Amino acid sequence: MNSSQLLGITTFAYLFSAILYIAIFVFRAKKLGLFATVLTIGAFLVNSAGIGMRWYESHQMGIGYAPLSNMYESLVFFAWAIALCYLGLELKYKNRVLGAFSMPFAALAMTMAGLKNPDIKPLIPALQSNWLIAHVITCFIGYAAFAVACGMGMMYLLKERQANTAPNSLLASLPELKLIDDIVHKTILFGFLWLSAGIITGAVWANSAWGTYWSWDPKETWSLITWFVYAATLHARFTRGWGGRRIAWLAIIGFFSVIFTYYGVNYLLSGLHSYGGG
Amino acid sequence: MKKNENMAWRFFASVRLALFALLILATTSIIGTLIPQKNPPEFYVDAFGPRTAQFFQMLDVPDMYNSWWFLSLLLLFSINLIVCTIDRLPNVWQMVVMNNLDTDLARLEKMPNSKVFHASGDAESLTGVVTTLLAKKGWKAQHEKKPSGTLLFSQKTAWSRLGVYSVHLSILLIFAGAIIGSLFGFKAGVMIPEGGVSDTVYETGSGKPIPLGFSVQCDDFNLSFYADGSTPKEFRSDLTVRDDTANNTFSRSIIVNDPMDYKGITFYQSSYEPMQGFNISITNKATNVRQNFQIPFGQKTHWPETDIDFGVINQQVRSRMGDVASLKVWFSDGQDEPNVFWMDNNAIQAITTPTATYEFQASQVYATGLQVAKDPGVWTVYAGCTLMLIGLYVAFFLSHRRVWVYIVREENEDRCRILVCGATSKNKIAFEKEFAALVECFTHDSTFQNA
Repeated sequence: MNSSQLLGITTFAYLFSAILYIAIFVFRAKKLGLFATVLTIGAFLVNSAGIGMRWYESHQMGIGYAPLSNMYESLVFFAWAIALCYLGLELKYKNRVLGAFSMPFAALAMTMAGLKNPDIKPLIPALQSNWLIAHVITCFIGYAAFAVACGMGMMYLLKERQANTAPNSLLASLPELKLIDDIVHKTILFGFLWLSAGIITGAVWANSAWGTYWSWDPKETWSLITWFVYAATLHARFTRGWGGRRIAWLAIIGFFSVIFTYYGVNYLLSGLHSYGGG
Repeated sequence: MKKNENMAWRFFASVRLALFALLILATTSIIGTLIPQKNPPEFYVDAFGPRTAQFFQMLDVPDMYNSWWFLSLLLLFSINLIVCTIDRLPNVWQMVVMNNLDTDLARLEKMPNSKVFHASGDAESLTGVVTTLLAKKGWKAQHEKKPSGTLLFSQKTAWSRLGVYSVHLSILLIFAGAIIGSLFGFKAGVMIPEGGVSDTVYETGSGKPIPLGFSVQCDDFNLSFYADGSTPKEFRSDLTVRDDTANNTFSRSIIVNDPMDYKGITFYQSSYEPMQGFNISITNKATNVRQNFQIPFGQKTHWPETDIDFGVINQQVRSRMGDVASLKVWFSDGQDEPNVFWMDNNAIQAITTPTATYEFQASQVYATGLQVAKDPGVWTVYAGCTLMLIGLYVAFFLSHRRVWVYIVREENEDRCRILVCGATSKNKIAFEKEFAALVECFTHDSTFQNA
């Protein structure tokens, strides 16, 4: 079993898991619940094994490095972090409908990874640093939390529409608006702490590689823009009492900024982070 | 006048301004990611036409993050942070240090979380029971006798109210560090060929020479590739620092991500430049005499006091930068036909002539490109970063939770009324659970069941 096979299985398992959770939501098929959870935990373990195996394979090739260095590897880790965040939520809130709005992100990330070149390539000198590991892990845990927050925001907006129209539609199985609002808020808080840590580890790394902790390169700038968006969201909530629909929308807008920081910058703008592409 | 001052103060202390600053900083920052920064003026004329380019220059768009208007926005943001903190901190500090045993008793009845119990016995013995129960759940209580009864109070992480202000302070610290760096530091670069020495570096952008006060010599630059032959594996410079004023000389190798620090000035491996020349070392295997040369490309060189002549007559480059992969050598010791051969760069080739054998070693001459930075503000920035992470954790995940228990002897009855109530600074749902667990603890205690 090599890492490509393991990660291939992961892709299908996450897809299947996402479909199961959506089925639980749409058809109120609560019986599938335990199966969906077991499958997701299994997929998460295979994903972990895939990352571990890739690490091992790189060592076998004599170019050992933590598999967090290019777009393929970051997407795989992104999926891993989303699954982890979701499983944490499921454990905490004991509600599987949340999976219908979280696991599709993990499945999507793995599918996108499938379109990338999975070759194990040696690290160029700029990437040979332990800060790489700290930087990528912190950033992607943050991104994953924001992905889940975005999913929860969409769930909120869906539920809210139902509240105004048909009171007995399938949306009734969604958690109370107050609870969804709380989940959106908590995942944003969690993501914001990790995003801050991600920006800081990136700055420390840049300083040890180039002697400048901040150079307004497009990737850095966009990560800061994302930080500003969520910082504004938190201030609006903490001090102006924003909640509900407005915060749900901000969770979605914020995630667009995340996606642009992660994906858009690499393909549309040029800068220091060019190795993140391809 | 007083009123105007007050209005200005309210304006700078407002969250509205904070939201405005955050969103305007986010929006304007986008400009510099779309329009390439710090290019020469001609670039903008070519890319956007003369009129747009002129407009850009007027607004400092080509270097927008250092422009007067962007720095003004950052200043506005900082003033907002400072004024807002001065405005709110005294009240928050009061909340942290206040004596909660002085709390107005009427307010206790209106707490968001509360529960009333009854128990037989006198207030004094019940105080002991309640204190033990609270301690069981991690609440260390103090108590005070009131005219009408006994008040117990306990709180957790009162200081967590300061979390958000330490985040604000951390941002100001980061800005302060950045200002210290730009006032008392520099960013510069220097290109030193192998064997060369420099005691001066050149400021990035302006090219202004900056004397180091000591000298740096590049003893060797080494570029290695992975097995695929094209992916660079390591850029390494062997440097020797000579500081006559401190009577200090030392050598150190630097690679990317592992810079050298001396007297607050840091040297980073940043680039290299292949030169048109070679370091040649020839050893006569019979006599073990060895001689080093640095020779230009395409020129015959003579080893003095011998009959040996040699030169590099052709080369194959690996990349557009001009890295030599292999070179063609012409070698003669005057005995026979000259030897002509291809060899890899950085390799050793054995040469045999009718009378002798030689070892011929060749490596292309490089210049190493060093980034040189002095930033006395960096530790302030890092202190700010650390404080920010701690502050965010405290502000987000810890809350100031308070619990009061008020025990009153009921008139005409042999029992006491016990009011348990509590409030939290944030995360109400989690506190509701914690409070419920505490109430549960009371419910299960026999003291509170028989009345």
